[in-house]
Parts: sequence; C-alpha cells; structure tokens
Amino acid sequence: MAASSSNGFRVIGTRPIRHDGVDKVTGRAKYGADYAFPGMLHGKVLRSPHPHANIKSIKIDKALALPGVKAIVTSADLPALPDKMEAAGEQAINLNHLSMNILARGKALYDGHPIAAVAATSPHIADEALRLIEVEYELLPPVMTVEDAMKPGATILLPSLRNKEDGPDKETNVAAHLQFKRGDVAEGFKQADYVIEREFKTAMVHQGYIEPHNAVGIYNADGHATIYCSTQGSFVVRALSAAVLGIAEGKIKVVPAEIGGGFGGKTTIYLEPLSVLLSQKTGHPVKLTMTRAEVLRATGPTSGSTIRCKMGATKDGKLVAAQCWLAYEAGAFPGSPVGAGAMTIVAPYNIPNILVDAYDVVVNRPKTAAYRAPGASNAAMASETVLDELAEKCGIDPLEMRLMNGSEEGTPQTVGPPFKRIGFKETVEAIKNSPHYKSKLTGANRGRGVASGFWFNVGLQSSATVNIHTDGTVSVVIGSVDIGGTRAAQAMIAAEVLGVDINDVRPTIADTDSIGHTDVTGGSRTCFATGWAVYEAAQDCVRQLKERAAKLWEKKPDEVVFENGMLSPAQPGGELKPMSIKQIASRLARTGGPIVGRATVNARGVGPAFATVCVDVEVDPDTGKTQILRATIAQDAGKAIHPSYVEGQMQGGMAQGLGWGLNEEYFYDDRGILRNTGLLDYRMPTCLDLPAIETAIVEVPTPGHPLGIRGVGEVSIVPPPAALANAIYHAVGVRMTELPMSPPRLLKAILKKRAAGEAQAAAAD
Amino acid sequence: MSRRPRDPHHNEKIAAEFDPAADDGGPKLSRRSFLKGAGAAAAVAGLLGVQPAAADDAAPEPPLAGAAERLGPGPATFKLRINGATRTVTAEPRVTLLGVLRDHLGLTGAKLVCDRGACGACTVHLDGAPVTSCMMLAIDARGHEITTIEGLGAPDRMHALQDAFVAKDALQCGFCTPGMTMALSAALEANPNPSPAEIKHAIAGNICRCGTYPHVIEAALAAAQAARGQA
Ligand code: FES
Ligand code: FES
Repeated sequence: MAASSSNGFRVIGTRPIRHDGVDKVTGRAKYGADYAFPGMLHGKVLRSPHPHANIKSIKIDKALALPGVKAIVTSADLPALPDKMEAAGEQAINLNHLSMNILARGKALYDGHPIAAVAATSPHIADEALRLIEVEYELLPPVMTVEDAMKPGATILLPSLRNKEDGPDKETNVAAHLQFKRGDVAEGFKQADYVIEREFKTAMVHQGYIEPHNAVGIYNADGHATIYCSTQGSFVVRALSAAVLGIAEGKIKVVPAEIGGGFGGKTTIYLEPLSVLLSQKTGHPVKLTMTRAEVLRATGPTSGSTIRCKMGATKDGKLVAAQCWLAYEAGAFPGSPVGAGAMTIVAPYNIPNILVDAYDVVVNRPKTAAYRAPGASNAAMASETVLDELAEKCGIDPLEMRLMNGSEEGTPQTVGPPFKRIGFKETVEAIKNSPHYKSKLTGANRGRGVASGFWFNVGLQSSATVNIHTDGTVSVVIGSVDIGGTRAAQAMIAAEVLGVDINDVRPTIADTDSIGHTDVTGGSRTCFATGWAVYEAAQDCVRQLKERAAKLWEKKPDEVVFENGMLSPAQPGGELKPMSIKQIASRLARTGGPIVGRATVNARGVGPAFATVCVDVEVDPDTGKTQILRATIAQDAGKAIHPSYVEGQMQGGMAQGLGWGLNEEYFYDDRGILRNTGLLDYRMPTCLDLPAIETAIVEVPTPGHPLGIRGVGEVSIVPPPAALANAIYHAVGVRMTELPMSPPRLLKAILKKRAAGEAQAAAAD
Repeated sequence: MSRRPRDPHHNEKIAAEFDPAADDGGPKLSRRSFLKGAGAAAAVAGLLGVQPAAADDAAPEPPLAGAAERLGPGPATFKLRINGATRTVTAEPRVTLLGVLRDHLGLTGAKLVCDRGACGACTVHLDGAPVTSCMMLAIDARGHEITTIEGLGAPDRMHALQDAFVAKDALQCGFCTPGMTMALSAALEANPNPSPAEIKHAIAGNICRCGTYPHVIEAALAAAQAARGQA
C-alpha cells in the first residue's frame, strides 16, 4: 500500500497494520467469555417454552436443593420500575419493559423469555438446576404477525400499552403510529403517468454476531460492582444495568471485553444485570454465557415487516408522489425501528408529495434490537424495487432514474432540514463507472440489479484522552469499543495531528471509570464522533507542546510553530534548533509536568450516508436457488481514514444484506415456537455463498467535521436485498415481494409465472 | 486437498455414522448429545473405541478399543497431549474437548459459537487434522496430539498464516479468526499449493459474520506462497 495518501494527509488514507491484529490471530485477545476469576460460579437462564402465557407460579426449592446450586433469582428479586419512558443514563426508555425483558414478570411474552437465573459451581449443574425449577403457566394464544396483532379484538400482549390515537382507555398492540407528510399525494398521483403499488413482507432476521452474549459480574461487599462483557456500549450497559438493579450508576464499573461482532445487537442488556444480581446473592463472581439457541430465541433480531409502497412517475421518469404504509414487528415490547424505516424509505429521492404511515406493533417474538441501519433495509426492499419497476415502465436505465430524481444538497428530507452536502449521486455515478456495471452480463437465467440506500448516521457524545509519554510515544484512550478497526482509525487520527509514526501511538479502550462518557459504538458514529474527540484531544496536546517549547526557548507560545511533529521557532534562524516530540517529551518535567490532551464532544452536524450497489445473479429455474455471481458497492465515506476498514464495513454490511435477501429468516411454528435455533437452520452466508465484493469508496466530506468523516458502518446493508430482487427479476422475470427470496419462495413464484404463461398460451390456441 | 478434504459436516457425519439410532430411522439422538447429557459409564465404554477425527483415515488402532472402562458420571482424571505438552485434566466425561480447553486449561483461543459443529470457530487440530472441538468429548481426545491456536504460533514466532492474516487484514472482529486459521493451517499442511477454490473448500465450514472471506482467502494464498518461498 502507498505510504502516504492523497489530499495532504500523511497517515489518514493509508492502511497501517491494526494494533490488535497479533492478539487476535494468536488467540490471546480476551473476549467476554474468556474471562475467569477464582471462585467463579456459572450462571444459566431458564426460558419460557411458550410464546405467550401467564406465569402462575415459580417453585425453586427443588432446584436450590441440588448440590452445587448457589442461588436462583426471578423477577421478584428485581425492583418494580415505572411503566413509562424514563431517563436511564443518556437515553429515554421504558424501564419496566426493559426489566421485564431481563426476567419475565407475571407474563411470558415469547419463546425463550427469561424466567429465572441460576448460579452453580459448574455450567452443567446450573443446567440441571433449570430442569428442577417448576413453573406453572396458563397458556394464552400467541400473536405472531403484525396483521394479527392489529386486528380488532386481537389478543393483547401488554395490558397497560396505549397509543395516542386510540386514547387512554383502549387496550392495543400498536405502540405507536407515526405519520410523515409533504405536499399532497392525491394531487401528486394525478400527475403521474405510471403508478406502481406493491405489498411486501420481510421476515424477522438476526444480526448473527457469532460471539454469544456473555457477562461476568463481580459484586463487592462495599456495594460496588464490576461487569466484564462484550458490548458495543459499556456506558449503556452501566446505565441500564444500574436502572434494572436499582443501584446507583456510579457504583457499577463496566469493563468492555473484545467483541465478536455486534452489528447493533449488543447495544442493550440481557445477562449483565443477572451476573451482578447472582454475584450479590452468592458473594462469588458469576459468569453467564448464552448458547446459540438462546441468542436466536431471545436476543437481537430485527423486525419482520409488512410494507405497502405506491410510487408514481411521469413518462419522462420524474417521481411525483410516494405513499407508504409500514408495520414492523417490535417483538414483545415496543420499539421497532419503524420510524427509521419511514424516514428512510424514499430519502434518496426528491419527491414533492409524500405520505408515510408507520406502525410499531408488539407481537410474541423477542424484543427487537438495533441491526445495522435499523429498519432501513426492509423499507428499501419496497421502495427500491418499486422504483425499478417504474424505471422499466418509463424505459429509463435504473441508474439514470436515480440520478434524475436523486437527493442532493438542498433537497428536503422526509423529516428535518434540507440535506447539506451529500454524496448520493456520486455513489450512483461510481456504480455507473464501475468495471462491474460496464461489463456485459450474458447467459440464460442471469440478471443484474441495482439499488440504493440511505442512512442518517448519528453523532452523540464521545470522550478522548491523548497522553504524551516521556519517550515521545503516545497513548490514545477512548471509550468506544473496537468492533472492526476503531483502534487503528483513532490512532491514525492522533498520529496525523501529532506528526508521529503510527507505530508510536497505542490505542486503549478504557472501562467506564477511566474515561468520560462515551455513547455506543453504533449508528456509524465512532469514527465520526470519537474521531472528532481524538482529533481535538491531539490538538490539545499540540497547544501544550507549543507552550512547553516556548518555555524552553523563552518565547511566547504563538512564536512557536508545530508542523509534522516538529516544534520550531516561528522566526527561523538564530540558535534555536527545531525539536521533535520525542526530544521535548523527555524534558517535560522541566517545563511543568506531563502533557495530557483531552476532549469531549457532543458531535453535531452528522453527515448522512448513501450507498448504491450492483448485483449479478444466476437463478436455477428448477430449484429457485439464486447464486450471486458478482457484487459491487459504492458508498460515500466523507473521508476514509483507513480505507481497508471502510471497505471492510462496506463488504461486511453487504454480505449481511445479501444473506438477508436470500436466506435468513426466523421460522415460528403455529404454536409460536422458534424452529430454527441453530446455525445449520438459521443459515448465514458462507464463503461459498458470496462473491468477492468489489468496492468503490466515494469521498464527499461532511461539512463541519474537521476531517470530513462520514460514518460508514451501516448503510451498506440497506440496498442489497432490493438489488437482489431486481437482479432476480431481470434473470427470470418474477418480481419478488417477500424476503428472504429463498429457493422455495422463488420457485413458487417461477412456477406461478410459468403456469400463468401456459394458461395464456392455451387460451390463445 | 489430498489428505483430508475439510467437510463442514464431517463431524456430524461421523457422529451420525456411530449413532445407534440413526440406521433404523429412529429418533436422531446424536451420539454426542447422548453422551453429553448422560455422562454415563456404559455409553462411554461402548463407544470409546471410536475416534471421530480419525475415522476415515487409516488411523492407528485407538488406544482404548474394546476396553470395558468405567468413567463418570463424576469427574475423571485423564491426560491430554496439547500443544506438545502433556496436561492432566479432571473433568466429567461429558465435557467436550472445547470445554476442557477453555474452562479447565485456560486455552480460550478456540471459541464457543454454536456448540453443534456448524460454524468452525472451535476448530483445533487432532493429529494435524482439523476437528470442531465442540463436537468431541475430551476423553475421546486421549492419545492424540492436539494443537490449538495458542500452539500454532506465538507473537514472536507466528505461523505464516497468522502473519498473513495480520498483513492482509483478514479479520474484523476476530472471533472467527482462530477457527479460520486452524482450518487453513491444516489445509496448507496437506496441500501447500492450494487454489482459491480449494481454500474456499477448506473454510466452507467456518462462518464469518463480518464478511471477511475474500481477505481470508487472500491471506491463505499469501501464506502458502510465503511458506513455499521459505522451503
Ligand atoms: S462452536 Fe464448534 S463448530 Fe461451532
Ligand atoms: S471477523 Fe468477525 S466473525 Fe469473522
């Protein structure tokens, strides 16, 4: 790789070796489940085998009597919390729902809902103890789909749930109805020459991080607790665990372990408060880890959805109106990403008339958690395939259609102020100019599809400390866990500002007592916001370095210049020789002591992200199996700090999006029991399912950010399912409206089309 | 890959082969889940003669074949050869090789992801061949040379693959990395000059949710090249 990058940066834009690489390839990196402490007990969670039931009684005496069992807890051991939105740390959340998801209170609301937790001297004994806990259930009818949940007279999941529209007296499964509106859709559709309207169904899918959830809790006699766990947000774990346990936030320290993938799913809590509670009861450290079945049954997933999408265009391809209706499965408690789905569904386009209705619906499935651009992939599946149909009707190339209607600086957003400088059209151009799109695709049953996607990205709060050591090396301390290159990117920013070698910078991820508040590694915010904090903290060092040099030289700080790691007098000539950071570092004691740069940000002015992808497929018309032949993604990164990691995020998100499109799905039987709780049945893409994903990084800097960074972690998952659907259409002529487009579903569609064709031919004869 | 094609379902097939219930279409109780759940002496004694990882090779006669050995249900003390050293372990017979490595010996490089032979994250070498250590009982590993990621290389003398993984950035979160590395190092040992397709075949049973497969394949090719260059 080139040693230095373009546009004036020395380190940024290059591809140095990651700092945690050796630890991770030699098996030494410590993930949450790798921690062990003397006297540690093992915890296990008893889970409801029923999707919907009243819990009449829980008897634990037999289990407690089993030798080796040290403690058993149920929701009776947790404080009752208010059933309303409250602040927990930095977020507003219904603490009662949160607590009820940690341990069921009165009702089991999904297959896998935690009922009780056991601590024992071995995991096997804990497992045996679970079998001895006697729970009496009164079964209730499961409500598995948004359609069933929204029906009048539907079985109610949460008796206290109300929504604004239906008022304070009506029990409901609809937690919220949101509406976004611009212009007048009825008028808009009147101007349209072509109107396409389709209904889509997308299946519930899991983030699929391969590392199961884990936590080790150590409760101290002085009332302080420490939690070791793999999480995307140590401060979130602290705030939420404290709230659920009813202890002060400051009494919990969270030590973030290495994390084996999260993709949004590790931004909440499951086992963490249980580990503390069991430790408190037993006086021992307690470790809990989930099995794969537990991960699939009771954590993560993102919403399945029903979406209706109607869009209209004039003959010459101008989009004039869009009307969308979205209902997302929230799982057992409110909080699906339907709002984000509604706000992203047509965001890449400048459409004068929009009406979007969105419903957050509770069903007897696990409470959903964030998954990479939450809610946006479902939505894009609808809008981006309808757009493809419109382009075909208009006889316009689908990329041209996107360029003609694409959002740009000044285009109004679905909600909020108009877009600032964005790079959407640039991503479309990048695909247009890609070797992939320019290549010819030939062969039977092969097709090419394109699609685009939008994600907001977030800013939020980050803290950073940069220390100059006596030998001139630098440590960067942050609170953002490294989920795929954070250490390297942050070290690079510090190295850039300080003009030092990247190998002289050591990044460290601190626990919650050792760094200022830092929000989750999520929302594509880490490089943007934590990077901003590191940039400012390094600048703080530069300021101090200048002061120290001035002191040594008996000058004023503004008579010192700092460039490329060298301090020199502003007026050249004379006795004074330029000094490197290494040189001044050993003399800091004489100039007033160590240099610690620090900064905190609440990063505003976040730059939204866009991506456009192109996929070639070959469909086997006899089996319905789709093989992906080639895939390319273009994405706006603002400024790519470490291009390899930007590409990694683009490829990783796209790989997940392709799995979502073709294979992945939660199968519940008619009793509401999840049937595919292992990795053979919940089938994620292997290397045989995926082509090498080609990438094109677009760089349209975010205005206002010192380095122009845009988050890159999420938008890559948005367009792939729709692009696959479009490619499948161009391969075999069927428009798929359901995800995943698995072989049985696709085969059914192909056979239906064939039968219709034959019927038509017969009628013509 | 001449010596042993890496079949992602290798372990299950072996398990099914020796599953007493499998032939008659009866309930599919896998041998391992049976053993793990029961931890019973009789079952162990009856099946110990089978060495899963060596079953399709002309392996040396298993050391305990036919012996009416009684182990369990309580802890048993036995010896394992791990990373060139002999380790004495006291564990219940139902504990898997992965369980012993991680929970008894502190070798946490191999990862527990699915516990069902479906993801490859727990891959170690048994006499040089890759096995999913979650699918094997620790007592069945007696008499075999076990190599874990910790024994493949160390920071000061990394295996060519480990170097290549770092250089080619073949990891994102790194959780699949130990398993990938072990699967590939066995494959390269068997076939020092693999094609990309052969490499894919070798890691077909290793799931990487971060989607790093292309980088992994690149790293394997680079490592193979480096190793050949040295030879
Ligand atoms: S944990 Fe052994 S194969 Fe998945
Ligand atoms: S690097 Fe995360 S699963 Fe492979």
